[in-house]
Amino acid sequence: MSLRIAIAGLGIGLSVQVFPVGAQTPGQPPDTMAARVEACTPCHGNQGEGTSDVYFPRLAGKPAGYLYNQLLAFENGRRKYPPMNYLLEYLGDPYLQEMADYFASQHPPLPAPVPSDVSQDVLRHGEALVTRGDASRQIPACASCHGPTLTGMEPAIPGLLGLRPNYVSAQLGAWRYGTRTAKAPDCMQIVAGHLTEADVTAVAAFLATRPAPENAAPVPKGTYILPFFCGSQPN
Amino acid sequence: MRSAWLTLLLFLASTGTVAQAQDNRTVVVTRGEYLARAGDCIACHTAPDGQIFTGGRAMPTPFGTLYTSNITPDPETGIGRWSPDDFYKTMHSGRFPDGGLIYPAMPFGSYTKVTRADSDAIFAYLRSIPPVNQKNRPHDLRFPYGNRSLILGWRTLFFSEGEYKSDPSKSAEWNRGSYLVEGLGHCGMCHSPINALGGTPQSEAFKGGLIPMQNWYAPSLTSNREAGLGDWSIKDITDLLQTGVSARGVVYGPMAEVVHNSLQYLNDEDTKAMAVYLKSIAESGTRVPSSSALPTTESSLLTSLGKTVYDARCASCHGAQGEGKPPHWPPLANNQSIEMESAVNPIRMVLNGGYPPGTEGNPRPYGMPPFAGLLSDNEVAAVVTYIRTTWGNRGTPVSAREANELRSAPLN
Repeated sequence: MSLRIAIAGLGIGLSVQVFPVGAQTPGQPPDTMAARVEACTPCHGNQGEGTSDVYFPRLAGKPAGYLYNQLLAFENGRRKYPPMNYLLEYLGDPYLQEMADYFASQHPPLPAPVPSDVSQDVLRHGEALVTRGDASRQIPACASCHGPTLTGMEPAIPGLLGLRPNYVSAQLGAWRYGTRTAKAPDCMQIVAGHLTEADVTAVAAFLATRPAPENAAPVPKGTYILPFFCGSQPN
Repeated sequence: MRSAWLTLLLFLASTGTVAQAQDNRTVVVTRGEYLARAGDCIACHTAPDGQIFTGGRAMPTPFGTLYTSNITPDPETGIGRWSPDDFYKTMHSGRFPDGGLIYPAMPFGSYTKVTRADSDAIFAYLRSIPPVNQKNRPHDLRFPYGNRSLILGWRTLFFSEGEYKSDPSKSAEWNRGSYLVEGLGHCGMCHSPINALGGTPQSEAFKGGLIPMQNWYAPSLTSNREAGLGDWSIKDITDLLQTGVSARGVVYGPMAEVVHNSLQYLNDEDTKAMAVYLKSIAESGTRVPSSSALPTTESSLLTSLGKTVYDARCASCHGAQGEGKPPHWPPLANNQSIEMESAVNPIRMVLNGGYPPGTEGNPRPYGMPPFAGLLSDNEVAAVVTYIRTTWGNRGTPVSAREANELRSAPLN
C-alpha cells in the first residue's frame, strides 16, 4: 500500500515536472491567472506592486477578502471608478474571488519609503493619529484596526504600507464625502468623518514614510480585537 | 358506499387536474423566464445595485434621462394589477393599460413581433417573482421632449405594429432565428442607424450605427465589411453568442452585456437558429477599401510609429502577424471589427481595454489591458492605424484627434 502511494506520489511529482502549472497549449494563451489578469497590470503592476501612477494602489499581498470586497463593489457600482466598473461589470463573482486570491498571494517587495515633502510637525501629527489616535475627537489609531505593523488582518482589513500619499488622501477624502462606502456599519466612513483635511494630509504622509516590516503579510484573523464592529470584516 | 367511492373518484380526478394545472403553470413560468432572458428585460429593468426587475435604471438619451419602471408584481408600484391583455398591449402596441404612450426606449418596435402566447408566458413569469414596493422615478426630459404626444409623431414615422409573419419560403429554423433576432432579441435597437429623431427607418434595419450616449459603434449585421456574418461558420457565430468568444472575434462593451444577461441562456437550437438567420441577412459582395481622409504622408508616419507601438505592446498576445491566439486573444488580421469604417471600437479597446463577459461556456475570460495611461493620442492613433491597414486589413488610418475625443467617452 505504501508502495502504491509512493508510486502515485511519484506520478504526481513527475506530472508536475513535465507539465508545470500554467502549461501552455500550443496556440493558446497560458492557462494561468497571471495571463488572465493582464488587464490589471498597466495600472497595478505585473504582480500588483503598483506603478508610477500615484493614484493607482498596490494590490499585492492585501488580504483576499478585502480585495474581493473591492472587486464586488466595483462590479455592482457601489465603489465608483468608471475604468474599474467597466472592466468588471460582466464577470462572475467566483472569478472575482480568484482574482482577489491571485493578488493576495503575490509578494513583491514593498517599495522603499519615500522622503516626505511635508514638515516634521506634520509627520509627528500623522504618527500620533496612526499609532495613538485622538480619543478627544473620537479618532481611533489606524493601528488599532490595520495592525501594529500596519500590514492588515485577514480576511478583509488591508495593509496600509506601500501606498502613495496621494492615493491614501484621495481614499480618505472619498470616505469623508461618502463617495466611497462599505457595508454597514461603515467604520471607515465614521472614522474619516472625524478627520480634518490637515489630519488626512498628515496620516497619508506619515504612512508613506514607514519602512517595510520583515513580515509584510496580513496577520491571521482574530490576532487582535477590533475597537468596534465593521460590516466589511465579518467576525 | 357507492357515493363514497364516487366522492373518492371525484376527489382523485380533481386533484389530478389541479396538479396538472400546476404543472402547466410551472412550464409556462419556466418558458416565460427563458423568453424574458431572450428579451434581455433585466438589462434595463434592473438598476446596477437594485433588486431584480424593480427598474429605476437611468437611461441617458439625447432627449434627457429616462428611468425604467418596476415590473415586479407589486400592486401599488409594479404591474401587480395588470392583466395578460394589459401586458400584451405594452409589448405589442407600446401603450400602457390606460392607453398612455410608452417612450420608444422600450423596444416595443421589436417586441410587437412577439406572439401572444410568448407575451403571456413572460407575464406569467413576471407575476411569479417576488413583488417589491418601489415607486417609479419620474423621467427627466428636456423641453419639449417631456410631452408624450410627441411620441405619436415618432410612432407614425418608425413604428409598424404586428406580430412576426413567417416566411414560408424559408426553413422553420430560419424563421425561428428571424423571430428571435427581430423580436425579443431587439438587435436592431443598437445595430441600426438612429437618426436625429431617435428612430430607424425600416430600410435601414441592421445597417449599423453609433449607439447614442454610449459612443460604441454597433456594427452592421448586413454588411460583410462590418459585422455581417456571411463568411463566418455557424459554429463561430454560435460560440460568439453563447460564450462571448470565438475564433473570429470577441464581444466587449454593450455586446458583452447582451451575451452576459441574455444570449448565453438561450438553448442550442435557438442559438443556432439565430446564427442561421444572421448569416443569411449578410449581403453578398466583396469588401471595397474605404478612402481615407488623412494625407498620405501623415498616414505613412502613423503606420511606421504604429508598428513600433504594436511590436512593443500588442504583439506578445495578438501575434506579430495579428493572428492572435483565438478564441481568448482575438485575431486582428482579417477581423471585420478592426477594419470597418468606424474606428470607434478599436480606439476604445486600446484606450479602455476590456473583459469579455463571464459566461457558463467561458467563466474565466482573458482581458485586454487599458492603454489610456500608457500611450499618447499619437501613439493610440498610430497603433490603431497600423492594425487597420496591415496584414491585408483594409481599414483607413485614424487621427490623433479621433483618439483624443474618445478618451472622454462614457465607460459604463
